[in-house]
Amino acid sequence: MSQKMLLNSKEINIILRRLACQLVENHPNFENTVIIGIQPRGVFLADRILQLLEEEYGIKNIESGQLDITFYRDDFRRSTKPLEANKTKIDFIVEDKQVIFIDDVLYTGRSIRSALTAIQSFGRPKEIELLTLIDRRFSRHLPIQPDYNGRQ
Amino acid sequence: MSELSVNHLLGIKYLKKEDIDLIFKTADHFKEVINRPIKKVPSLRDITIANLFFENSTRTRLSFELAEKRLSADVINFSAASSSVKKGETLIDTVNNILAMKVDMVVMRHPNPGAGIFLSKHVDASIINAGDGTHEHPTQALLDSYSIREKLGEVKGKKVLIVGDIKHSRVALSNIFALKLQGAEVKVCGPKTLIPKYIESLGVTVETNLIKALEWCDVANMLRVQNERMEISYFPTTREYTQQFGLNKEILDSLNKQIVVMHPGPINRGVEITSDVADSKQAIILDQVQNGVAIRMAVIYLLASKINR
Repeated sequence: MSQKMLLNSKEINIILRRLACQLVENHPNFENTVIIGIQPRGVFLADRILQLLEEEYGIKNIESGQLDITFYRDDFRRSTKPLEANKTKIDFIVEDKQVIFIDDVLYTGRSIRSALTAIQSFGRPKEIELLTLIDRRFSRHLPIQPDYNGRQ
Repeated sequence: MSELSVNHLLGIKYLKKEDIDLIFKTADHFKEVINRPIKKVPSLRDITIANLFFENSTRTRLSFELAEKRLSADVINFSAASSSVKKGETLIDTVNNILAMKVDMVVMRHPNPGAGIFLSKHVDASIINAGDGTHEHPTQALLDSYSIREKLGEVKGKKVLIVGDIKHSRVALSNIFALKLQGAEVKVCGPKTLIPKYIESLGVTVETNLIKALEWCDVANMLRVQNERMEISYFPTTREYTQQFGLNKEILDSLNKQIVVMHPGPINRGVEITSDVADSKQAIILDQVQNGVAIRMAVIYLLASKINR
């Protein structure tokens, strides 16, 4: 498989700052907003965003969690290799909250579809938004689009 | 490793150490799931499971049924008392008739040792042994080890004492296999008549003095005396059994360390343990029951992922 570097660390930093800025624009105070990183790699991204929000805008104590979607996937017993679960850590109820999903790459949209089902186990959110670093927009299987987008 | 080495769970005897690790790791995730506001995941939507109970059960049966439902599997229940088995149908016929209705997995409890192994050779479904006579009860042993791991951090190197009717207990046999596999030390204690002659060949030690055995252990698993499996008398009276092998609060408090007390249920209060021990802080009997659901979800999930579509 050929490897190509899409973004270097400087570019990523610029993009992350922009994404954090966009989040603040739409959520003036994060009182009713929770940030959920999708396991496994969305969690790292979510941590970076949370860190930026604190450093740049002084917004602390945003409720955040990690969501694992393994048990909600639609390819159980269909993929050749077995699915391995990760940790879910959401210590609050998302009832009537504004939820922001954070994931690294949006590809077919199936993971996000699973996450939309999974989050319902923690209540009925008021609204769900999606933030992704990379959007591979021509390979979508489902009608799912990001609200905050790093690079297409 | 992310896949079990077996297609059926017939006994701990057939598992590897890695299988147990994988089951525990998966059970950790399911334990988080069953503590959520909505305790259900849709993983097994397209799987149908038959629970065949040819012998009485409350805990195991409810635990399996709950585990299956929490995974969104379709469940059918069968108990021998109200079925055609009474009319003379054979086990293979019964199961094949059930499988003809497109069932993917069978959870079976049966009074005859080896019933699950026999069935796995003759029918085309994933079999989980929920207890076969005096042979094995793998999910109980898994949840017991899981509870020890949860309470004491790890199973390896721990000293586990199994007290009571070792001869008739499938829980004892499965526990011995599971604990030895994970590197724990195991001692059994009970009336000589209820300890099998060659039990040492499984790598366990025998002690007939309860106090000495308790002084040695970190964990004591108190088994029930299985009167229903005894055709002859193995000890004079229940009262005498209690005097020699019953665990009460005075004994527990007289030990020089805090041991963990376990019981697979059903408890005969006042026989193998007294009420104040069963309800004490050192007893993790209800944790065992809660962990049972998570362990069974893990086993079902991992076996289901190996069923061919």
